[in-house]
Amino acid sequence: MDFIILGLGRWLHIMAGVMWIGLLYYFNFVQVGALKAAAADNTGAGITKHVAPRALFWFRWAALVTWLAGAMILGQHFLDAFLFLKPAYYPIGIGAWLGTIMFFNVWVIIWPNQKKILGIVTATDDEKNKARRLAFLASRTNTMLSIPLLFFMSASGGIFRTAVFG
Amino acid sequence: MKNPLDSLWGTVISGLILTLVLYNIIKFAMQ
Repeated sequence: MDFIILGLGRWLHIMAGVMWIGLLYYFNFVQVGALKAAAADNTGAGITKHVAPRALFWFRWAALVTWLAGAMILGQHFLDAFLFLKPAYYPIGIGAWLGTIMFFNVWVIIWPNQKKILGIVTATDDEKNKARRLAFLASRTNTMLSIPLLFFMSASGGIFRTAVFG
Repeated sequence: MKNPLDSLWGTVISGLILTLVLYNIIKFAMQ
């Protein structure tokens, strides 16, 4: 059972996490700049129509799988991590909280606002502009949080925790 | 003051500072 939950579960957590954060970095490091440049010569329609919806699909579902697999790995130590009940779980507790805030941002702020921006739900131009700013800030917040998130995730287990936190 | 999240470098630097702050808090708490 440990093989499935801890072994395969961590594998799934990392694979889904790579897809989630990889697409987050694509949005922030590539697409935002590309759309800005495309606005100058009106060539952004293809990105908005064909690329962004597909990227957002894998982005938000990867976020869900990452969070669920992470919760599964924590298992009986879920509360030890989230409530900081044992010092050994402090680092992963920070990672778990950062991941949860980011997961919330994806599903509660980024995705509903992106639906307005991409025309999946109807919105006025004013609503679209507000949605664009909110989704942008939530996305940038997640990029910022991903830096400590990845630090605490990678420094949370066994020899790595000992090396980093003593 | 300009929002640091408006620029990529501001975002990355904010993330690094947050990492440093959280690292020190957790290291202190674990002792």
